[in-house]
Amino acid sequence: MTRFLVRRLLSAALTLFAVSVLSFLMFFALPRDPVTGMCPKNCNPERLERVRQELGLNDPLIAQYAGYMKGIVTGRDLGSAQGGRCDAPCLGWSYVSNEAVTDSIARVLPVTLSIVIPAAILWLLLGVGLGMVSALRRGTWLDRAAIGFSLTGASLQLYFVGAVLLIVFVYNLRLLPVPSYTSLLDDPLRWASGLVLAWVALAFLFSAIYARLSRAQMLETLSEDFVRTARAKGLAKPAVYGRHALRAAITPVVTIAGLDVGGALGGTVITETTFGLNGMGRLAVDAVRSGDLPTIMATVLIAAIFVVLANMVVDLLYAAIDPRVRLR
Amino acid sequence: MSLSPVEGVALAEIESAGDGDAPQANRFVGRSPGQLAWARLKRDRTALVSGAMLVFLVLVALAVPLIQALYGVGPKEQFQNRLDGFGMPLGYAGGVTGEHWFGLEPALGRDIFIRMVHGLRTSLFIAFAAAVITAAIGVALGTLAGYLGGWVDAVINWVTDLTLAMPFLIIALALTPTVALRFYGQREAVPAYFQIGVLIGIFALFGWTSTARLVRGQVIALREREFVDAARASGAGLGHMLFRQLLPNVWAPILVSFSLAVPQYITSEAALSFIGVGLTDETPSFGRMIYRSLDYLQTDPAYVFFPGITIFALVLAFNLFGDALRDALDPKSSR
Repeated sequence: MTRFLVRRLLSAALTLFAVSVLSFLMFFALPRDPVTGMCPKNCNPERLERVRQELGLNDPLIAQYAGYMKGIVTGRDLGSAQGGRCDAPCLGWSYVSNEAVTDSIARVLPVTLSIVIPAAILWLLLGVGLGMVSALRRGTWLDRAAIGFSLTGASLQLYFVGAVLLIVFVYNLRLLPVPSYTSLLDDPLRWASGLVLAWVALAFLFSAIYARLSRAQMLETLSEDFVRTARAKGLAKPAVYGRHALRAAITPVVTIAGLDVGGALGGTVITETTFGLNGMGRLAVDAVRSGDLPTIMATVLIAAIFVVLANMVVDLLYAAIDPRVRLR
Repeated sequence: MSLSPVEGVALAEIESAGDGDAPQANRFVGRSPGQLAWARLKRDRTALVSGAMLVFLVLVALAVPLIQALYGVGPKEQFQNRLDGFGMPLGYAGGVTGEHWFGLEPALGRDIFIRMVHGLRTSLFIAFAAAVITAAIGVALGTLAGYLGGWVDAVINWVTDLTLAMPFLIIALALTPTVALRFYGQREAVPAYFQIGVLIGIFALFGWTSTARLVRGQVIALREREFVDAARASGAGLGHMLFRQLLPNVWAPILVSFSLAVPQYITSEAALSFIGVGLTDETPSFGRMIYRSLDYLQTDPAYVFFPGITIFALVLAFNLFGDALRDALDPKSSR
């Protein structure tokens, strides 16, 4: 177990290191001059040169990368124009929004978390539930309806579903307010009513994929010997399906769920754009639009961290779910 | 699969060669797995309907100049006289008339139908090109990793993991303008073919992983089979092993993953254009149209439905056809 954990952590760290180097190179080394993208329209050569100095763009690339990494781990001193001292998880200074990148991330991260976590709970319950039921009731109208649902959902686009939801529930029936983010701690009701459409849209599309996958897995598991044995020894159906079959069938679902949730936490760009919510995804898009390199770099890194973390959690969950998996 | 397709073809040839002078009833007819799959596909109603739909849409995409000539409206023509004072199209359902089948865009007054036909062409071109390139990369890396094993396998696997860990949408988002900035200035207009090329390039960079994984798994299973040993014992070179011995046996899953990759690229292109990094407004595209329509959900709800439903139908047809193809190619499947 410990050995597995150590090896897994090392490989995760290696992946993160590679992602950080690659994205660093991509954004800081590739453009002709990263500063022109960062500077507001009325930029004179002196100011450009000063920004270049402050960002350390005249230093060798390795020194720049080392400085950036040091900032994340221990914090570092940026020039006075960049707000001076920048504390521990320092992701640099954004010249576009004139604040530390860490601050803007801290502002938008709760929005994305509020969108993704409830939506993920919804889509997992709905998707896996639907898949299980349709596998157990194979060939009935319920199964066919579930297949139709998952085929439709797998081919629909989030922005289209979102637009239709907005037209129906916000503009025509006027049941819900125009989506917006309120902190859960301030007002749970407004938090939920402002985000519920985003949850529904995400859950609809994702649960389609999960219903399909878990149906196929469940059907495969149900035909296995151990299920028949469990039934033959007189175990009740709910116990067989719920405890034995579900456990074996759900492993691949967990893998996909890890990837999806990890990916979504890094920014649900399309959901946020469709519903006009300002989360990580919007921050990334806006940073790209304005050429705000430190912010882009930070969003890519954080997204990668979420994916890598989610993958690790999945690997650990495997062992808990499937007794056949031994951690080595 | 007990018989490899290659052996199957040989069997079919032997059978037909023995097809002598006397025609007999109930004769055993040898068929290659390809023929079997084709026969199954023809019997599948879903495959027929979705296949017909795809052929129709591809034909529309190919016939864009012809359609435009017959329809008589260009994608950039503006019909301001058909908009009201607020820039909303006159008439019902977003200005649907005999001249403008799907109505007009609010504010700009461009014809939605002809823009969608153009968008369909761009979308299909990008998706097919990306799918072909990623399939090629994935197959090459997958067979190499699976067949050679050892450190080659380890390196390719790690690169695959790394690629999967990169947040695709955000990297694409960040990379597209960066690349454009590398070749064109801050205020220069980036030509459409360049944007299309960049999109295809980005898809190629990130899309090969699933095919590579799939092919690798298949090749590992095949590697220990007798015919591979036999070929190796006869002194076959690496190229012969990969292309003549192994690849013919994995074409079925590759074909399926190809047909399921195309709709993914269609949606990815639309998604990137939607968030404003793929194609610009100059080039008609579904994603761009839907993004613009978000501003008019309240005033002109019909605007979002035409591109939204078209892209849904396109992707659904591809998905259904891909599924049907999988069933037809899989000898174990029975529906």
